[in-house]
Amino acid sequence: MSGDPILSVDRLMMRFGGIVAVNELSFSAERRKITALIGPNGAGKTTVFNCITGFYRPSGGAIRLSHDDGRSIQLERLNDFRISKQAKVARTFQNIRLFPGMTALENLMVAQHNALMRASGLTVLGLLGLPSWREAEKRAIDLARAWLDRVGLLDRADDAAGNLPYGDQRRLEIARAMCTEPALLCLDEPAAGLNARESGGLNELLLSIRNEQGTSILLIEHDMSVVMEISDHVVVMDYGVKIAEGTPQAVRDDPKVIAAYLGADEEEAIAVMESGT
Amino acid sequence: MSATSARPSHAAQPSGSAFIVKKALISALVALVLFSLMIGVRTEAGPQGGLIYWTRFGDLAALVGTVFGGSIIVELLRQWWGPVDKDSIVPKPVQSAISFAGRWLAPALLVFAVLVPVIFYDQRYILDLSILVLTYVMLGWGLNVVVGLAGLLDLGYVAFYAVGAYSYALLATNFGLSFWVCLPLAGILAAFWGVLLGFPVLRLRGDYLAIVTLAFGEIIRLVIINWQSLTGGPNGVSGIPRPTMFGIPLDNSDNGLAARLGIEFSPTHRLVFLFYLILAMALLTNWVTIRLRRLPIGRAWEALREDEVACRALGINTTTTKLTAFATGAMFGGFAGAFFATRQGFISPESFTFQESALVLAIVVLGGMGSQLGVALSALAMIGGFELFRGFDQYRMLVFGIAMVLLMIWRPRGLIGHRAPTVYLERNQSISSDLVKEGHG
Ligand SMILES: Nc1ncnc2c1ncn2[C@@H]1O[C@H](COP(=O)(O)OP(=O)(O)OP(=O)(O)O)[C@@H](O)[C@H]1O
Ligand SMILES: [Mg+2]
Repeated sequence: MSGDPILSVDRLMMRFGGIVAVNELSFSAERRKITALIGPNGAGKTTVFNCITGFYRPSGGAIRLSHDDGRSIQLERLNDFRISKQAKVARTFQNIRLFPGMTALENLMVAQHNALMRASGLTVLGLLGLPSWREAEKRAIDLARAWLDRVGLLDRADDAAGNLPYGDQRRLEIARAMCTEPALLCLDEPAAGLNARESGGLNELLLSIRNEQGTSILLIEHDMSVVMEISDHVVVMDYGVKIAEGTPQAVRDDPKVIAAYLGADEEEAIAVMESGT
Repeated sequence: MSATSARPSHAAQPSGSAFIVKKALISALVALVLFSLMIGVRTEAGPQGGLIYWTRFGDLAALVGTVFGGSIIVELLRQWWGPVDKDSIVPKPVQSAISFAGRWLAPALLVFAVLVPVIFYDQRYILDLSILVLTYVMLGWGLNVVVGLAGLLDLGYVAFYAVGAYSYALLATNFGLSFWVCLPLAGILAAFWGVLLGFPVLRLRGDYLAIVTLAFGEIIRLVIINWQSLTGGPNGVSGIPRPTMFGIPLDNSDNGLAARLGIEFSPTHRLVFLFYLILAMALLTNWVTIRLRRLPIGRAWEALREDEVACRALGINTTTTKLTAFATGAMFGGFAGAFFATRQGFISPESFTFQESALVLAIVVLGGMGSQLGVALSALAMIGGFELFRGFDQYRMLVFGIAMVLLMIWRPRGLIGHRAPTVYLERNQSISSDLVKEGHG
C-alpha cells in the first residue's frame, strides 16, 4: 500500500465485558479509494465502524483521520456527533436508520443541519426570515435535489422515507450521508437486501462518489460481487483480528480467507470462490 | 430489518366472536374484583363509632354487567370502524379533506376568535370561558414543541406555568414592575428552569423521562408551598396588579381608559382586553412554532423524535437540541403563567397541581401530536366541552370520559394525526400517522 491513508487504525481494541470483539486490529484506508472490510458474521466489522464513528469508545488503540489539508484528528478522542461535524466522517447503518415520518427531501435537509444552523444565525436570523437565510435554504434544497437525482429518487422527493421500497431506502441513506459533505464515507452492508440490478446500480453510484466527489469510502459488505468489482483494497477480519489484506484478487485466493469463510459459513465461502471464476 | 417486516394485517388480528367474549369476560372479572370492595360493600362509621356496613350486590351486578356489555360494544365499534390510517399512503379523499381543512378551517377559526368579544360582548361567562380556552390553547402549543415535535414526554409542564406565574406575581408585587416588563422576564426564567430540568433528564428515555419530569413538577410545587418567606406558601400571592393597556389602567379611575375615551366604565372592557392579550400571545406562540419547524432547529427536533442515533451520525448535537426544545416549550409555559397571574390577580400552589399537567398533555395527545390545528381544536373540545357537559350534573365526568375513550378508538393518533412536511419540491402531501414516530422519551 502506498503512503497516503485518510484513515489509519492502529491496534484497535474493543472489549465488551469478557468478549473481545476487536483485537489489536490495524489497517488503513487510502484517500480517494474504496476499502472493503469483509469477514464472516460476528467477525467484529460493525464494531469497528462503531469505534470509528464514535458510537463506541475503543478500549485501546488509535484511529487517525488525515484530511486533505494535512489536518489530522484522533477519532478515538472525539465522540458522538463531533465525528460527523468536525472530522467529516459519515456513515450508514446495517439496519437502515432513516427518519421514516419525514419526506426524502426532509431527510436530506436534516443532514445539512450544521451548515444550515450557521446560516440561520443559530435560528435568530432564520426566525426573522432574513434574505441571507433564505438564500442558504435555497442552496440546501438544491444540494438535496442534486443528490436525490443522483440516487434516482427525484420523483419521490415528497414521499415519506418510510414509504419507500427497501432498495430506495438504502440509496436514500447514502444520499443523506453524502449531504453532510464527508471526507470519509462508511457504509455498513449497503447491498444487503438488494437484487442484482439494484446492486449493479449501487456499484456505479459508489464508483461515481469516489471519482466525482473524491470521497474516500470504507465499506462493509457480504455481497462478494460488490466487493470484487469496486473495491481497491480489501481487509479481511475474523474473530476480531485481521487475517488478510490486499487487492480483491489476492484476498480471494488467500487460503486463510477461504478457511475462515468455510469455517463460518459454507455458502459464503462458495460465494467468495465463485466470484473469481 | 424494520423496512421489510410486514405490518400486522387486518386479517391477522383476532376478531372472532370468541375473542370478543373472552376480552369482555376478562374486563368484567377485573371490574368485579375492583368494584366488589368499592361498591359491593359499603362501610361507614356508626353513631357509636363502631363500623357499620351494608352490601349493594345489585349495584355491583349492574356495573359488572355494564362493563361486560360495554367491552363488547367497544370491541365491535373498533372492528366496525377499523383503525383509521391503516394504509401508509393517505387516501386521496382524506388528503383533499385535510388540505381543505388546513386552508379554510384554521382561518375561519381565527376570524371567529377575533370576533368573539364582538359577538358575545354581553355574555361575561362566554368571554371568561374563551379566555380560559385560549390559555389552554397556548399551553398546548407550548407543550407541543416538547412532546409533539421533539418527542420528549414531559409530565411536569405545569412547573413552567408556575414559574411564569410566580415570576410575574413576585416581580410585580415586590418591585412594582409592569406586566410588559415582567412578561419577557417570566419567559426567560421559565426557559432557564426548562434548561435546568433538561440537564438531568438528557440521558433518560420514555417512562423514566416521564417520571422524572413528573417529579420535577411536584418539586416546584412543594418548593412554592414551603418557601413561605418568598412565595407566601399555601396562602399564595394576592394583589397582583392587573395589566394596563400600555400604561393606561383599565379601571374606573380618573385616568382609566374609559374616562379618557369619555365612555362609561364597564368591567367587560378588561375582559375584552385580556381576551385579545391571550389571543395575541397564543398566536405568537403558534407563529414562532410554525416558523421554527421550518428552520434547522425544528427539523432537528423532529428528526430527534424519529431516530436519535441517526441524528448523532449526522453530526447533530442531541444535547443542545433537546435542551432548546425544553427551553422553548418552557418559555411559552412561562408566558402563559404570567398571563394567568395577571388575569387572576391571585395565585396559589393549588393552581399548579399535576392535574394541570395531565390536562395539557391530554390536549396535545388528543389533538394529534405535532399538529397545531389539532391542539387548538382539542383545547376547545376539552375545556369548552367540559363546560358543555355541565347539564349532565354528576355524570359530567363519566360522559366526558366516554367521549374521550371513543375518540381515541376512532382516532388513535389524535384528531389530526397526519404530519405536514416542512419543505417540498412538487407536492405538499401529508404523511400518514403510522409512519411518524412518537419518540422514545
Ligand atoms: N454492544 C455490544 N455488547 C456486547 N457485545 C457486542 C456488542 N456489539 C457487538 N458485540 C459482539 O461483538 C461481536 C462482533 O459483532 P459485530 O456486530 O461487530 O459483527 P459483524 O462483523 O458486524 O457481523 P455481521 O456480519 O453479522 O453484521 C459479536 O460477537 C457481538 O455479539
Ligand atoms: Mg455488522
